[in-house]
Amino acid sequence: MPGPVIEAGQPFLQIQHLQKDYAGVRAVDDVSVTVNKGEIFALLGSSGCGKSTLLRMLAGFETPSSGDITLAGRSLTGLPPYERPINMMFQSYALFPHLSVWDNIAFGLRRDRLPRNDIAHRVEGMLELVQLKQYAQRKPHQLSGGQQQRVALARSLAKRPQLLLLDEPLGALDKKLRERTQLELVKIIEHVGVTCVMVTHDQEEAMTIATRIAVMSEGRILQVGRPDEIYETPNCRFVADFIGSVNLFDGAVTKDAPDHTEITTPEGRHLVGHGVNLSVGAPVSIGVRPEKIDISRHAPPQSANVVQGEIVNLAYLGSTTVYHLRLASGMKLKATALNHARNEGLRPATGDQVYASWADNAMVVLAQ
Amino acid sequence: MTPRRAPWLLSGRSLVIGLPFAWLLLSFLLPFLIVLKISFSEMDISNPFGTLFSYVDDVLIMKLKLGNYAFIARDELYLLTYLSSLKYAALTTLCCLLIGYPFAYFMARASVSLRPILLMMVMLPFWTSFLLRIYAWKGILSNDGLLNRLLLDLRLIDAPLQIMNTPVSMMIGLVYAYLPFMILPLYANLVKLDLRYLEAAADLGATPWQTFWRVTVPLSRSGIAAGAMLVFIPTIGEYVIPELLGGPSTLMIGRVLWDEFFTNNDWPMASAVTVVVVLLILAPLVWFNRYQSDQDRAAPGRERP
Repeated sequence: MPGPVIEAGQPFLQIQHLQKDYAGVRAVDDVSVTVNKGEIFALLGSSGCGKSTLLRMLAGFETPSSGDITLAGRSLTGLPPYERPINMMFQSYALFPHLSVWDNIAFGLRRDRLPRNDIAHRVEGMLELVQLKQYAQRKPHQLSGGQQQRVALARSLAKRPQLLLLDEPLGALDKKLRERTQLELVKIIEHVGVTCVMVTHDQEEAMTIATRIAVMSEGRILQVGRPDEIYETPNCRFVADFIGSVNLFDGAVTKDAPDHTEITTPEGRHLVGHGVNLSVGAPVSIGVRPEKIDISRHAPPQSANVVQGEIVNLAYLGSTTVYHLRLASGMKLKATALNHARNEGLRPATGDQVYASWADNAMVVLAQ
Repeated sequence: MTPRRAPWLLSGRSLVIGLPFAWLLLSFLLPFLIVLKISFSEMDISNPFGTLFSYVDDVLIMKLKLGNYAFIARDELYLLTYLSSLKYAALTTLCCLLIGYPFAYFMARASVSLRPILLMMVMLPFWTSFLLRIYAWKGILSNDGLLNRLLLDLRLIDAPLQIMNTPVSMMIGLVYAYLPFMILPLYANLVKLDLRYLEAAADLGATPWQTFWRVTVPLSRSGIAAGAMLVFIPTIGEYVIPELLGGPSTLMIGRVLWDEFFTNNDWPMASAVTVVVVLLILAPLVWFNRYQSDQDRAAPGRERP
């Protein structure tokens, strides 16, 4: 099976025009994406967006209606799951309840008919990697959720797969444990050096773990990019709205120059510090993230990128305060401010008339 | 004001638990104790229930006659019959498992809308009398029965096969009658099997065949045990099927019992035979209980490579 050697960072998993129809419903719609060797690639989307179907097609549990998947230059079409050099960590783990931790990890190795000593050696190595040596003889139900997660990871890595699939890897853990486990998971995957495709609906999880993210909706991939690319330069309203929160102003281009753009909306005049290559009059939306907005009681010096409104709601979260403003146009604006000062009197309060302003590089222009 | 509580004996809970318990006590334990008592008494046509206790000259005397049990132990015929009953019960259980497991498996894998229909078909035979169904097999298996006539017409055989009144005909009857008792607990178990385990096995490189033996069968062990108990225990004491479909060579303890009670009228002997049957049935039940509690404790163990 040894194919051509592929260096880290080179295209490894190629998905071409992949499509899956279920009784007239298109679950995955013409998806083409390339995952590089050594990368942790996340499929991010809400439930029913087709990300799980895509993952199951990679594992071989679902047959694509059309399109092709190649791994290291070899087509996976027609290969049953048990012949693919791919292993999966299942959502809520699917650990075999009748087998001990040791036997769960050894299950895949035994199917390969490896010599007994090799199996023992590898299982011990895996147990050490996930720090569960003393639990080897326990049954899965005798372990905590976090320990089960580590057994599942060890089991899916034991066969040294070329591709590791993670289905909502941390979905079954509570919030506190999740944060700790995220970093541990990345550490282990990077230590092993396996290429990884994960599915998640949790954007924070995707951004922490993944090197690149594909945002999916209604069976299609809307945008692929590094976490910061997806967050700072979303390519459409859906992505902007799905990743984090965003304030969207709808308006039209009134001036487009190579180095700046003027967009007018009912809320006012907005100056964007770059060209957008759109004709004057083209309808666009402007997205501004809440944390990029400054709130002040006094009018800022700038004449564009500033709106006035009343604080209708205020949530003090300790490190930050979230302000909800109602603007003159009726639009609601969300802004997040770091609480630099301890003095309550310095912070705007509910009912105050305030100015919200932002820099000309804080906005993203989205075609409507 | 504190809410008034009905005394425990009158509460709904005690009635729900107590009534069936009392019924079992009256209808099962009491008759069994009577049988146990008779088995230790002298044969006496005028008083078939015997007397164990007598009170003579201020002395309470309990007389336990052990002769019946001694006779059972000494007479080879009884021993052979017990062994033969165990053999046929084990064979029936095995056949039911071999036929019932694939049946239950595909029933559990059938589409959700099809399952109730299949389940219905398994239970449909219960709608006709057990006796009638067994009797019908006589019409199928006898020398001029349906089966032989079909085989003769197809020219597969020249002379009728002697199936009736042989171990074969009895086994057909036993397996036929007890198959649903194997299928139902197996189906109930297999239908609950989490399909993700099968996917996980396939993902780890197990072929469908390996997945079946390494995952499906071990996870359905409790269903297999329950089905085996439901078939094995009643088959040991089965009387009707050996009587109607069996022959001279098919020794079953149920028929011996009948003969002792109603042909020889030797109630003490018959009772002793019965007590031994109960003891025989108790053994697998004790094993089953042990097994179940072992499963609950889920002792750590290794899969054999």
